[in-house]
Amino acid sequence: MIQRILVVLSLAAILFSDVAHAQLEVVITEGIKRRPVAIVPFGWEGQTAAVPTNVSDIITANLYRSGRFAPTPVEDMLETPTTGAEMDFDDWSILGVEAVAVGQVTQTGENAYEVQFQLFDVNTRRQMVGYRMPASRGTMRRAAHRVSDMIFEELTGIPGVFDTKVIYVSADGQGANQQYSLIVADQDGENAFTIMQSTDPIMSPAWSPDSRRIAYVSFEDNKSSIYVQTLRTGNRIQVSSKPGINGAPSFSPDGRQLVVTLGGVDGNLDLYVVDINSKQARRLTTHRAIDTEGSWSPDGRYIYFTSDRSGGPQIYRVRSSGGTAERVTYEGSYNARPRLSPDGKRLAMIHLTNGKYQIAVSNLERRDLLVLSAGSQDESPSFAPNSDTLIYATRTRGDGVLAWVTADGLIRQELASGDGDVREPVWSPFQRF
Amino acid sequence: MANKLLITAFLALILAGCTGSNTVPDPDPTDSQMGGDSGAGSDGSEYDPFGGDEVPDDSRNPGEDLASVIYFEFDSSELRPEDTDTVARHAMLLGDNAGMTVRLEGHADERGSREYNIGLGERRAQTVRRMLLIQGASASQVSTVSFGEERPAAMGSDESAYSQNRRVVIVYTNQ
Repeated sequence: MIQRILVVLSLAAILFSDVAHAQLEVVITEGIKRRPVAIVPFGWEGQTAAVPTNVSDIITANLYRSGRFAPTPVEDMLETPTTGAEMDFDDWSILGVEAVAVGQVTQTGENAYEVQFQLFDVNTRRQMVGYRMPASRGTMRRAAHRVSDMIFEELTGIPGVFDTKVIYVSADGQGANQQYSLIVADQDGENAFTIMQSTDPIMSPAWSPDSRRIAYVSFEDNKSSIYVQTLRTGNRIQVSSKPGINGAPSFSPDGRQLVVTLGGVDGNLDLYVVDINSKQARRLTTHRAIDTEGSWSPDGRYIYFTSDRSGGPQIYRVRSSGGTAERVTYEGSYNARPRLSPDGKRLAMIHLTNGKYQIAVSNLERRDLLVLSAGSQDESPSFAPNSDTLIYATRTRGDGVLAWVTADGLIRQELASGDGDVREPVWSPFQRF
Repeated sequence: MANKLLITAFLALILAGCTGSNTVPDPDPTDSQMGGDSGAGSDGSEYDPFGGDEVPDDSRNPGEDLASVIYFEFDSSELRPEDTDTVARHAMLLGDNAGMTVRLEGHADERGSREYNIGLGERRAQTVRRMLLIQGASASQVSTVSFGEERPAAMGSDESAYSQNRRVVIVYTNQ
């Protein structure tokens, strides 16, 4: 049974006070009935009085943020066991809790810890999953995200994306004082790093498939150029800086090529495939209309793109080896910015409906179209690596903010950012270990 | 306008190697370093008479008595009849002064996709470019750039702001 709820999360900020300062704080939730679960405060054995990172608080906050779960407040718990052996399942049945996670953090060296947890099904009184993993002070937050991912997947059947990142563009100030920043952050907004800053516009960030590099467009010196920047070092290479437009980069699945938009002196925007190392460009489309926003299908066979060759913008696809483009979207007068889900089954786009630019998703087999967002200027849809959720940019009271929505449209949340006009979010691939 | 460019090295947990093991890599903030060739392309010396999104400083415009902003209708890259004379005068000025160069900055309003709006801004800049070339300017004098919706002249999400933002700004660059 679906219930629509609107929750302002000041309550949550009180409940989870030590994560309330996240840069991308959930401000509004619209969604389904949350499932009751309990994350019992993890035990701590170590040389300091307090655990360096409160792992169970992070898990609790993650599950709440997902919109699917209602974690039991600690003060309502009848017991706080740290291992399955100490649990009395009756104490949890009474509370109507579906599943309980218990665990503890143990210090094993100066900067060495072990995080262990078990998840129990209250109904069957069986362990659903249990795991122990090493961590350091610097990685404990990430370990908490990994535990959250395992719990989430066990309970929903959907891989968790708590241990992923998001890149986005932020614009601060006006006129000559405008400052553009390219920011990488954890999906919950923590660990936000500005990787590039400029007084000229920055646009169209894209992740490499291995999450190590970012392609983007920069307008330094009043011309557009495409750069690929390595995150760890900050080093960047200029991949394209031809006369006219250099835009809309997107990595090939093997990470060696970008599909880009080049306009040339005469301003005829077409798609090109550029080899990142040699910088050699191969032309993919030749139409005199605007062809832009190329995006590779996950299997590498097709490039989906926006073209207004039929009048208004619609989505087309062309084989990445070249050939004739075929039209993909027919519903509505404006469909742009195609992005395929990582499982290749769905196509996300900006869709104009009733005068509003909204995020829509089409199932490529059924060829249906489902509008997911409710703003009037929603843009830049990007799938999470689990193909279940999309992040996008929307506007509230004139300010650009980020939001995410499940691909079935049932759960939607707006994320308040720290400052500035925030846009063009792109969800990272799954992180490697 | 000086191009302030700062690349801060980003040290992600993801990046710290640790292949083949189940351990989580340790992010050590002391590891960060300033980017190597990060300053490429910004010499910080070029003068930008338009300073982003403000009305141009006419004293720097050789075509002092000429309007330097051309506005466009919604979803259109056609020159409005009242602007043809302005563009013709710029063309004449360029035709008479072979040393002069202009940059045509195309813009779009904020609605819809950002990269598609780059295309719409470019289309408008190209309309002006073609008119300039037909009427006496030479190709080497005219360059185009499209900022799409990235540099609005007017803030706000209404038709009044949109109509000020759908524009081409003619910038004389050989000062």
